[in-house]
This record gives sequence, C-alpha cells and structure tokens, in this order.
Amino acid sequence: MRGGDEEISSGGWGRDAGPVFMTDEPAVHIEDLSVRLGGRRVLEDINLRIKEGDFLGVIGPNGGGKTTLLRAILGLVKPERGKIEVFGRSPRAARKQIGYLPQKSLFDPKFPITAIEVVMMGRYATRGLIRRYTSQDLDSAREAISLVGMSEYADREIGSLSGGEQQRIFVARAIVSAPRLLLLDEPAAGIDSAKQVEFYELLGELNEKMTIIMVSHDISAVSAYVKKIACVSRKLYYHDSKELLAEDIEEAYRCPVEMIAHGVPHRVLRPHD
Amino acid sequence: MIEIFQYGFMQNALLAGGIASVLCGVVGIYVILNRLVFIGGGIAHSAFGGIGLGYLLGANPLIFAIIFSLATALGIGAVSERSKVSFDTAIGVFWAVGMSLGIVFVSKSPGRAPDLFDYLFGNILAVSYFDIKIISTLTLGMIVLVALFYKELLILSFDPLYGEALGLPVFRLRLLLLSMVALSVVVLIKIVGIILVIALLTIPGAIGRQHAKSLKGIMILSILLGISFVSAGLLASYHLNTPSGATIILAASGAFFVSTILAR
Repeated sequence: MRGGDEEISSGGWGRDAGPVFMTDEPAVHIEDLSVRLGGRRVLEDINLRIKEGDFLGVIGPNGGGKTTLLRAILGLVKPERGKIEVFGRSPRAARKQIGYLPQKSLFDPKFPITAIEVVMMGRYATRGLIRRYTSQDLDSAREAISLVGMSEYADREIGSLSGGEQQRIFVARAIVSAPRLLLLDEPAAGIDSAKQVEFYELLGELNEKMTIIMVSHDISAVSAYVKKIACVSRKLYYHDSKELLAEDIEEAYRCPVEMIAHGVPHRVLRPHD
Repeated sequence: MIEIFQYGFMQNALLAGGIASVLCGVVGIYVILNRLVFIGGGIAHSAFGGIGLGYLLGANPLIFAIIFSLATALGIGAVSERSKVSFDTAIGVFWAVGMSLGIVFVSKSPGRAPDLFDYLFGNILAVSYFDIKIISTLTLGMIVLVALFYKELLILSFDPLYGEALGLPVFRLRLLLLSMVALSVVVLIKIVGIILVIALLTIPGAIGRQHAKSLKGIMILSILLGISFVSAGLLASYHLNTPSGATIILAASGAFFVSTILAR
C-alpha cells in the first residue's frame, strides 16, 4: 500500500502522461457533513460532489465556513456528522494527493529561508518524518517553481519577494508533489490587481492537470476563471454549475441580492424562473 | 594574558563556554524564530525548584534542574495547547512555582547552600569536570536532534498551520523543541546563571540573524559569536575582577547593540 502511494506522489509531472483525468470517481464526495467548532455549528448538512478536472470557486460571507470546508476536506477538522471522501478514500489517507495553499499567513518577513526551501516543504508528506530530502525532491521543487514562472527567484529569500511572487511560491509548494486535488484559500490575497489576471491564468493552466477548489471572497474574480461556483454560509448552495440562484445568495449573505449584486456579475446569477 | 589560561579552572571554563556556545548557536535561532524567548526565561527560573531539591536531598542540583525544566517545558506546552490557559499565563505560573519551590527547599536544606549564588548568577570558573560531562552530553544530543529533525523544525518554525495540513506532528514537535530549550537552559545555568540564561541562548542567534541569510549560516555565525563573547567576558571579568556570568552577558549585549546599529 505504502509503496504504491510513493509511486503516485513522487512520479513527478509526467508531461506526456496522456489523459490526466481518467475515472468517473468523484475527486471529492461529501455527504450530510456537519462540523461544530467551539460549540458553534460552522457547517451543516453539506452535500457536494466534485468531478475530477473541475475548478470550483467557493464564495460566501466572512465566517461562513469556507476555510473550515477546506480543512474538513484535508481531514484537519473532525466532522460532527457525515462523511468525506477524497478520491474514494478518507481525507487522511488521501492527504498525499492533496496540495494546499492556506490563507495568507503572517510569517516573519525576515525568516531566513529561500523560495526553493519553502517549496521543498511540500515534499514532506512524500518523504516522511526524519528522512532527508533527496535530489529527487530538489528536482520536483525546481520543476514546480518553473511551472509558476519563478525559476529565477528560486534562491531569493522569501521575504524579499512581492506579495504576488510569494503567493506563486506558495502555489509551487502546494503542487510540488503533483497532487490530484489542489485546495486554495484566498490565493489572490496580497496580489495587486494588475497581477491578479496572470495569477488566475496560472491557476487555469494548473487546472488542466488537477482538480481545484478555490475559496475566495472576491465573487467577480472567481466567476471569471472557475468552472463551477458554490456558496457557503453554514449551508452549501451549489447546483453543479457556474450559476447560483439569487435566493441562494440572499439567504447566504442574509441581505437582498441588490445589496451585493454590484459585485456579482450577471453570469453568476440565474434569473428567477 | 596567556598565562591565565594555564590554570585548570580557566581551561575548564573555556571548554565549558565553548561547548555551550555550540549549543546556543544550534538551539538559540529556533528560540528566536518560534518566539520562545519568554518561555525560555520561565523554564530557566522553574529550574531553580530542581536546584533547591538537589540541595535538600544532598544530590547534584543540576540533575534535578533537568527534571524540573523538562517538566516545565512539557507542562507549558501541554497546558497552553489543551486548556484555555494562554501561553504567557502558563509561563508566569510555572516560573513562580519553580522559584517558590526552590526557595522553600533551600530553606529546609541541612546546613548552608554555599554555591547557591553560582546557580542564580552563574560562575563559569566553578564548572567541574562532571559538569562538563553533562554539558557535552546534552550538547551532543541536541546537535543530533536538530540534524534528525532539521526539515521538520524548519516547517514548524516557518508555517506550523501548513505543517499540520501536511500531516506534520506539530504538537509533538513543539514539545520536542520546548524540551530542547529546557535542556539547553540547564547547560547554561552553570555558566551565566538562571537569571541570565536566556540572554546567552538568544543574543548570538539574534546577531547572527542580522548578518547571515540562511539558517545554517546563522548557526555557524552564532557559534563563533558565542565563543568570542564567553572568552572576552571571561578575560574581562578576570582583569576587572567582576562576576563572570554578568560580564559575559554584558559583552554579548554590547555586541548586540553595535550589530543592530550596523545592520540598520
């Protein structure tokens, strides 16, 4: 079992690997999920099925449970009820196949670490406790850094890079083990708007190789680049499409849709029947 | 100037100081990066309880200091993780309990406690051969731990939340790091004393960080800095007839201020 995992996760990108998405098995399958954190029910009766190759944008009000949903898919929070499967396995068992970019953390900008060292961290799950990184890990890190277009910054200190450059490095860290599922929590935070287009285009390229779930509060940006949209506000509003109903948005944000509609492009909102 | 190094106690002092500098260089930077400076202070003071118990039982105080500081490190780690008590509250409590226990134990000890001040303020000239054996064993153990867990400690220090998502045993690693701080503190007690321990553990790393770019570079630089502070402080204390521990720390902090101004 372990040997098999090793082959999958350290096999690199396999440029000519042929069709990447071969199964009909869902990448993520969530059934009747409820999560309680510190006495408060953060997620309730969530049902979600994400096909391999999808690019799902998750929007929703602050504190609505977007991050918790990602952490549940990673197996970091224990469900109160319900079931989560990632590629047909428990989240923990599937961990090596998941790449994760957490919400922008306030790391010490003077931390003595280079970009490539940050990317190497993503190889931890492949290598395991105490084992040293190998030259294969270094190769994977260089490849991931080149995929996000940051090769020339590999040996720069992370703190010396701009917000957008740092996020690219963190994306490289998330994909360095060639995951089949990529979870992104507010990945465009700290990137100035001029650079955001390029950044979302990069995510679009990555989506050719892996399923992506991206959490964001920026509804208009999300709607332009993702294939499907869900809205989380304790409950999940999702129609397996790129559209949400106006009443979904109203219920999720607890305000009339006109109040937020200026941020919601019409292609997101399906007209009332 | 050279002749003073012919004394046996001076050679012992330099040897102990050199070994301790290696330890400070290797562990100190993790204390800084993980913001454990105040915790280190708490652990050092709690070790006084062990020193008091050593006197009471007529055994080597350093052995009991190890037990007390380890228990404090694990206690602070566990209490702040598993209960609603915050990190700095836990530190404050353990700090005070350790000191109080130490004072009570010493007061109940038979006879006087002649070298009690050495533990509080340090006396590198009183380092015994047995102390050197303890110091070198602990230092060697610490180097092995850092070498084994280098990549794990890097993730823990840089981005523990991400580490958790990778499946890194964050809580256990944090306890490991706290234990390493505890053992380092014990090593340094004989040299600069409980009250000044945290300065020697962190100042070389703090200066190293201002000038070296990589973690390994910082470690090497801070080892060299530590050795020069200990030697300079020792020499100065001999010539000025001042207490060795405080003189070493003054040398280190002087260098820190100069370095901070230069690094601006």
